[in-house]
Amino acid sequence: MMDVAARPAEAEPDLSAIAADAAGEHGVCRPAVYVYEAPVRICHWVNAFSIIVLMVTGYLIGTPLPSVEGEASANFVMGYIRFAHFAAGQVLAVFFLARILWAFVGNHHSRQIFYLPVHRKHFWKEVLHEIRWYAFLEREPKMYIGHNPLARTAMFTGFTLFVAFMIVTGFALYSEGAGIDSWQHKLFGWVFAIWPNSQDVHTWHHLGMWALVVFVMVHIYAAVREDIMSRHSIVSSMISGERQFRD
Amino acid sequence: MGAATETFYSVIRRQGITRRSFHKFCSLTATSLGLGPLGASRIANALETKPRVPVIWMHGLECTCCSESFIRSAHPLVKDAVLSMISLDYDGTIMAAAGHQAEAILEETRAKHKGQYILAVEGNPPLNEGGMFCIDGGKPFVEKLKMVAEDAMAIIAWGACASWGCVQAAKPNPTQATPIDKVIANKPIIKVPGCPPIAEVMTGVITFITTFGKLPELDRQGRPKMFYAQRIHDKCYRRSHFDAGQFVEEWDDEAARKGYCLYKMGCKGPTTYNACSTVRWNGGVSFPIQSGHGCIGCSEDGFWDKGSFYDRLTNIKQFGIEKNADQIGMMAAGAVGAAVAAHAAVTAVKRLAGKREDAHHTS
Repeated sequence: MMDVAARPAEAEPDLSAIAADAAGEHGVCRPAVYVYEAPVRICHWVNAFSIIVLMVTGYLIGTPLPSVEGEASANFVMGYIRFAHFAAGQVLAVFFLARILWAFVGNHHSRQIFYLPVHRKHFWKEVLHEIRWYAFLEREPKMYIGHNPLARTAMFTGFTLFVAFMIVTGFALYSEGAGIDSWQHKLFGWVFAIWPNSQDVHTWHHLGMWALVVFVMVHIYAAVREDIMSRHSIVSSMISGERQFRD
Repeated sequence: MGAATETFYSVIRRQGITRRSFHKFCSLTATSLGLGPLGASRIANALETKPRVPVIWMHGLECTCCSESFIRSAHPLVKDAVLSMISLDYDGTIMAAAGHQAEAILEETRAKHKGQYILAVEGNPPLNEGGMFCIDGGKPFVEKLKMVAEDAMAIIAWGACASWGCVQAAKPNPTQATPIDKVIANKPIIKVPGCPPIAEVMTGVITFITTFGKLPELDRQGRPKMFYAQRIHDKCYRRSHFDAGQFVEEWDDEAARKGYCLYKMGCKGPTTYNACSTVRWNGGVSFPIQSGHGCIGCSEDGFWDKGSFYDRLTNIKQFGIEKNADQIGMMAAGAVGAAVAAHAAVTAVKRLAGKREDAHHTS
């Protein structure tokens, strides 16, 4: 997986205690902590890829491409687009489930995006600090090993809740084609008790897509910005699993 | 209107229908109900031996299109279905009696067949102003409905009005027209939505209840599975054009002439549960999509309030705006994109300024 020997273990060592890398000629200190375990990273990238595919194909299902020429029997454009959407949706659902399971066995960072410690005063204080930081009211950023509290709030809402909503409404819509006796309908048909007309479920599924588009934009921007501004690695951490602290 | 101990069979024989025609009807109905090879003989047996089911048919706020559809049913010929198969004891619109005489029949049927009759409701009661927007026999319809429903075996909610509310319940619904299942809670209710429902679906439902003495299997929303389990889209003969990606883009284009899919013209087939694409209308002659017009989703909840019949996406009217999901989404994404760009710009400027300051301090 990775060269563990050269790097500190996930036991969150005292950062200042990490001496210069023995191999580093000039002894540049880059303290690093192992944050994102392999299953978390795999889920992240599979989900990211699925979400991109789902957004593009989903939009094309709602607003199809210009008509194709020729016999209906010789073409399957909508069919392939819908297949890609359904396939990506099932992949997303499986990896989302896997990610939930990993929250039970993984390190404590893996549980961060599934709940918010809303009962803790400290949490809200930190959220406020992060809001002030993004509003340019704080000069110095705080460093966090996992997500900062504001990012955690964004992940919990923008990813966990929104994606769960999309999976539920997605399977409910899929059950319309799969049939009233399908397991999809048995598990997710209750959505139509909330919105009896599936046109409304379609509308909510559309709005959910746009909510995710907004989340992805903010997510990527914040990750890149923090990477530069907060002096600790964000983007590469989701590849290596390690958070490196500069300065 | 005939003693309730008579069977359907004895009545139609007396009317000169041959046994052969009777069996034809049983086979056709068994097929449309999807009952399998033994279904026809079970229906025949039931219609020959069981007493006819008394039916009280009431009209609330409605347009009578359900009745119009019902009496045009192709295969139980109308006089057989309406007058023979069921013992239609009371129907304000088509019965001969009127006034006090009609009300007397209603009372008689209620008393005589307590707990055994079917209450078929066409239309719905308005609840606003104590139900004064629909007066029937000098009383608000809602009172009459509750009274007759009290002694009914089951209730059939005919059409979109009784099932969902339909046009009189469309926003802003000044009379507070309310579907039957929101008014009557303690009786089994079968919804047969559509504006109107297909005639064969109506007679099919009646035949099932007569034959088996119970309501057919219902879906989550109380509609008979046999007719409402699939969408128009699932059995549409233009479905192959949808899968191929061939759409009508304008009403008068080449694709329209070729009979391509009407999805882009706002066809509601993909979200509408009904049997139009299989049973069709007017004795199987055609249905809207076959005639070149998209489905308007008349058997769905609140179909008047979803924006234009010709738009793919539903209008969203909350928060004082009237846009579809994609317009709202693009606006939100655009606003957030602009905010992100502005934030990035401010960050960059601040950072540069900070660096210059630092450089100034160190020099």
